[in-house]
Amino acid sequence: MGMVHRVLVNDHDVTVQLMPTFVGCPALELIKKQTMDRLQQIDKKNRIHVEFVFDPPWTSDRITPDGHQKLKQFGIAPPQKSLQQLPSCPYCNQEDGEILNLFGPTACRAIYYCRGCKQPFEGMKVV
Amino acid sequence: MNNINDLRYREVLIECLYQMADDKLLLGHRDSEWLGCCPDIEGDVAFSSIAQDEVGHATFYYQLLHQLGEDDPDRLAFGRDASKWRNCMLVERENDDWTYSITRHLFFDQFDQIRLQAMCTSSYEPLQHGVKKMIREEYYHLLHMKTWFKQLGRAGGVATQKLQQAIEKLWPDVNGMFSFAGIEEDLLRFELIQLTPTEMRVKWEAEMKALFQQANMSWPGEFPQLKHDGRKGEHSAALKTLLLTMGEVYQSEPSAKW
Ligand SMILES: [Zn+2]
Repeated sequence: MGMVHRVLVNDHDVTVQLMPTFVGCPALELIKKQTMDRLQQIDKKNRIHVEFVFDPPWTSDRITPDGHQKLKQFGIAPPQKSLQQLPSCPYCNQEDGEILNLFGPTACRAIYYCRGCKQPFEGMKVV
Repeated sequence: MNNINDLRYREVLIECLYQMADDKLLLGHRDSEWLGCCPDIEGDVAFSSIAQDEVGHATFYYQLLHQLGEDDPDRLAFGRDASKWRNCMLVERENDDWTYSITRHLFFDQFDQIRLQAMCTSSYEPLQHGVKKMIREEYYHLLHMKTWFKQLGRAGGVATQKLQQAIEKLWPDVNGMFSFAGIEEDLLRFELIQLTPTEMRVKWEAEMKALFQQANMSWPGEFPQLKHDGRKGEHSAALKTLLLTMGEVYQSEPSAKW
């Protein structure tokens, strides 16, 4: 998702700096905990710290091609390059999903409708 | 010139952060009151999502305040007397009908966008970084509100009638957004903000006049003088009721850890 800004290693302290996708994302504490737990599993010697930074800001074009694929597999259309472009359906690849709602189940997602397979789908917002 | 050790710099920065945080938290709370009550399910999801953004932004500002030595964010949100709140009156008003809430949000979002833009080069870096991020999120709120304003205005009948009523009811509260309660000159001097309140209002008017035209709504004219300035802690009974509701759980056991 391109959320890792940098990893700082200082003696026995490892600090991971993450960029939140949205300022008010309620999953931040969960993301922090999962990052710490996962790192602690593979690195039992050092102390792990996770902090959130806003500089530079996270933008949706930071998501890697691999991330795009994984979002699609999850049934979420990856973000477009610009606000004017409409996403393709993650299920049938039909282009130009119709906007149903700019707001979705989380801050970072919007809801679209696919004219191809005639069902709604979610897409990551361009920010 | 960032001089966080300068007493006055700190003072106006803190005051300004309260204005921004309090605006956002109250508006976010009002948005959340629409949950399950909107005309359609899309509207419901929209107001819920926007509420989450607004409360999240407020939390960001309260955390900055806490870093500057102010109280714990929870206590600032749930344990503060009405006279200590620095929000503009517009955001504390009761929701009324959906058209009123949409129009109120539009008026505020437009102001907020201008205020955020005026802070993109703010001398206080932690604020500057947050602001740059929040502007990108706020884009969607403004787009949503503008779309509905145009639809309601062009629809005719009851929709347009309600929109007209909402505009008239909101108009006396517009000026209050542009009050900085006396710290505006220092904010400029310390380069915390780049525009004067008057410059901000001129921008707001230009944006809104264009939108009113697209929505076929007539411009109501001059903004009435402020009777009460929320930024100076002068509030309505609606705020007291809101604070009681919002703080109900917290106040039942203020020492509890959540
Ligand atoms: Zn499809």
